[in-house]
Parts: sequence; structure tokens; C-alpha cells
Amino acid sequence: MEMEATISLLDMRLLVPELTLICVGLILMLLDLVVRKKELIAAVGIAGTLVAMYGTYKLYGFYNPQAAFAGMFVVDGYSNFFKLIFYLNIILTICISLKYMAIEKASFGEYYALLMFSSTGMMIMASAADLIILYLGLELMALSTYILAGFMRNQPRSNEAALKYFFLGAFSSAFLLYGISLTYGLTGTTNLKGIAEALSTLSIMDNPITYLGLIFIIVAFGFKIALVPFHMWAPDVYEGSPTSITAFMSVGPKAAGFAVLGRVLFDAFAGMQVQWAAILVPIAVLTMATGSIIALAQTNIKRMLAYSSIAHAGYMLLGIIAGTHDGLTSTVNYLMIYLFMNIGAFAIVIMLRREGVQGENLDDYMGLSKSHPLASALMLIFMFSLAGIPPTAGFVGKFYVFMEAINAGYVYMALIAVVFSAISAFFYLRVVMYMYMKDPVKEVELTTSPSMSIALAVTAMMVLIFGIFPSILLNLVRLSILG
Amino acid sequence: MVPLSWYIVLSAVMFSIGVFGFLARRNLLIIFISIELMLNSVNISLVAFSHYLQSMRGQILVFFVITVAAAEAAIGLAILIAYYKHNPTIKVDEINLLKG
Repeated sequence: MEMEATISLLDMRLLVPELTLICVGLILMLLDLVVRKKELIAAVGIAGTLVAMYGTYKLYGFYNPQAAFAGMFVVDGYSNFFKLIFYLNIILTICISLKYMAIEKASFGEYYALLMFSSTGMMIMASAADLIILYLGLELMALSTYILAGFMRNQPRSNEAALKYFFLGAFSSAFLLYGISLTYGLTGTTNLKGIAEALSTLSIMDNPITYLGLIFIIVAFGFKIALVPFHMWAPDVYEGSPTSITAFMSVGPKAAGFAVLGRVLFDAFAGMQVQWAAILVPIAVLTMATGSIIALAQTNIKRMLAYSSIAHAGYMLLGIIAGTHDGLTSTVNYLMIYLFMNIGAFAIVIMLRREGVQGENLDDYMGLSKSHPLASALMLIFMFSLAGIPPTAGFVGKFYVFMEAINAGYVYMALIAVVFSAISAFFYLRVVMYMYMKDPVKEVELTTSPSMSIALAVTAMMVLIFGIFPSILLNLVRLSILG
Repeated sequence: MVPLSWYIVLSAVMFSIGVFGFLARRNLLIIFISIELMLNSVNISLVAFSHYLQSMRGQILVFFVITVAAAEAAIGLAILIAYYKHNPTIKVDEINLLKG
């Protein structure tokens, strides 16, 4: 039954970026024993990430598709673009967390090592062409992120966040495994291409067990992406985790979830597009609705951004539902834009945190523009972008996703998305209103550091550049996905 | 010989018991064991499929699942202990610091 597959040591060459990150993670753990300055550890982490990024770019060509390990692991433009998102995610997260983790009294070297391990898991997910590899990558990402969520181990909030994240995450991976086992039992393979072949030749597409396997797999990814109704963990975990990790995991695992969702649905279940689109349509509507409406009632800004992140996942899903490669392009484009605007917004949230002050409530933003005009202006850009107001990148991201949904015939979905997008503008603009139109009630001091300034400058610049010149990013994404 | 469908039914029943335990029980350790039950039900079906299809993939995945489940248990219990130090409870209903 099984075809003879040989694996040679030469296959390891495609793993170089992943191995680099793992090595950097191990080095950071050792370095932590001898070096006291966390800045040095962070710098080594960033340098290592840049080396891995260079490897992804230069080693075997960015767009050149190659497979290794008997077709279990592929490196192509699609996976490489996602890896770019993960690298930027690590670097920006390290930049915004240096001072913050010291304030939280949780500044340990393992933090940076775990960021590396978690991102390696995401990269393996993006490159997985086999359900076994996909599962291993997902667990590597998830297990590291559980620890990061509970990293402030002296704070009950963080402990509780980790606990909830762990239990619901483990629950969802059991669903993924059950879906994998059903799919394997029906098709006789775990290879994505092999599954696609078996589905078309064995005529098992109408078999209810095939549906069940597909549904279980979508449910498991839905947990990672925080789609409604599998989102219950997200607000609690986002609120309780260290804010820098909230920024990290609202981008990384979400992007990785979309990477595998796109890969599995487009490669393995391509023949069942009608069926999975029918499953995803109600999920997308519920996700957009729940995210936008419940966010209106939030007074804690981290919780508000958690619901906002749920709503954004709903918009991104439209590109997948469209079922075309152009649709997938618009989703990936949105993810890259979301990386910058979301981490930027969390960076401002982090700046309000200082010794003895949480700075997470909306009230803390009252009259911020009077005392800190620059920070307020940056927050204004990020909020406009999250709300999708031109000329920021958030508008471009939403525009392309909605356009692809319309091109694929989902006009009503685009209309629903526009309505919820308009509703969500309320709570983003409320933050702006608090900053600019209310009088300050108390003295607010911002915690700044050079790395934080760099992160803010980069994110704000990218949000504006991609907003004004959308074709720069879109062409890169198109080239990566369409070849 | 025991037919394949028996194993699949056994696996489905075990998985359902695990899901029910996860959703209905109020003790964190029982919930934890329910997750393990779900994972092991998957292992049964994977091995059964693997034998039926005469393909090694399923059994290889089982080894990975067992390994990952061990790592998951280590991390999960560590998180649970870290939590227990601040809030000495394992009742789900009392874990309600974060809500809204």
C-alpha cells in the first residue's frame, strides 16, 4: 500500500531556518545562566531571528517550491510568506516586551527561548504537507504558548489565563486528532496531496464520515484562530496573559491557524469546496457578530482588543470562504497588515503600564492627547487602521478581502461584514474620543524605552505605507501564493 | 477476528465519554483525565485503521501522540500547580477571576 519513501540527510537543508530558531532558543536558555543583562539575551534573540529570516530568503529561493522528507515538509512561497509574518512577530514582540517584563517582575531568559520555540512550531505548521507534521508543529506552538500565557507566575490572573488556555487548547487538539484519524481511515494516507487524490478517486466525498473528519479538523483550527463558537478562551486568556504575549499570540497562532486552514482546505479538501464553504459561512457571520458586538461593552482595553481580534478573524475568513487563490491572497495580505496594526496597538497599551499602575482601563486614556500627543497620535493611527478607515492599512486589508468575497459570489457576506465593520468602528473610535475629547482626570506617565520606540515607529510606518501604497504588499503576497 | 467497526465504535464511544467528561465535570483533574481519554480513543482508532489498511502511518502517529500527551501532561500539571499556589482550588466554578 505505502509507497517506498527514502529520506536522506540532505532533506535537512530545507529545515535550516527552523533549526536555526531552535538552536537560538537553546543558546538563549544557556546564555541566561551566565548573562545578567536581559537586553543582551533579547539582542541575541533578534539577531538569531534575522539569521533565520536570511535563510528563508536566500538559501533556496523565496518562491521556489521544494519538498523534503518524502513530501511531508514543503517550502514554497506560501509557507515562506507566513514565516516572514512569524519572524516579524518575534522581533516586534521582543522589542515591546523588554521593559514590560521587568516591570512585571517576570524577566527571565526562558521567555525569549519560548518565543523561539513557539514560532518554530508555527513555521513547521506553515510548511506541513502532512497531517502528522501539522499536528507536531501545532503542539510545539501550543505547548510553548501555554507557558508564555502563564509567564507572570506570581500573578493569579496570568495563572488563570494559562490554565484556561491549556485546557481548551488540549481539548481542541484532541478534536484535531480525531479528525485526522477519521480522514486517515477513509483515505489511507495523512499526506495532503494523497488525501486529495483519494477523495477524488475513491468517491467518498459524500460519505458522512468524511464530513465528520473535515468538521473536526475545522473545529480544531477554529479554536486556534478563535472563531465563534470556539472563542470562549480568547477574551480571558488575552486579558490575563502578559500584554506582550497577548500581542504575540493574537498574531502568531492566528496566522499559523490560517496557514494550516488554507493549506488543508485548498490542498487536501479542494474537491469539497462547496461543503467546507457551507460550514465556514455561518462561522464567519457568528465570529464577526460576536466579536464586534461584545467588544462594545468592554471597559478593559485588552479585553476589547481580544474581541476585536475575534472580529478580525471573521473578516479574514471571508478570503478562505471565497475558495479562490485570490481570496487566499487577500487573507494573507490582511494577516500581514493585522500584524503591524495589532502589535502597534498593544505597544501603546504596554506603555501605559508602569510600577503600581495597570493602565488597562479605558478611563486611563482620558485626555491622553493633552499630556502625550505623540503616543495619542500613534494610538489614533492604530485604532483607525483596526476600524478600517483610509488611508491606513486596515482599510486596504478589509477592502481586498471584501472584494474577493464579492468576486466569488458572496455579496451578502461582504455586506454583513461591512455592517459589522461599521459597528466595530464605534469601540475603536471611543478610544480616540477618550484620548482627544475628554479632560484628563489623573496624571499619566508613559513607560518608554528605545526598543519600544523602534517597534512603534516601524509598526506605525508600515500601517501608513501599506495604507497609501497597498500594491507593495499585495504584489509580494500575490507572487508568493500564485507563483 | 474482531472486525474493524468494533474498534471504531469503541473509539467513538470513548471519545464521546471524554467530551462529556470535559464539559460536564467540575473537577480540573477529572477534566484533565477526560482529555487523556479522548487522546487514547484516537490512538485506538488510529491503530485499528493502521492494521486494517496495512499502513504504518497510523501507528507512527500514535507514537507521536503518546509523546506529545506526556509533554502536555507535564506542562498542564505545572500550570495547575502554579495556579494552586495562589488559589487552592481545583473546582472549575471557582476559577472566575477573568470574566466579562
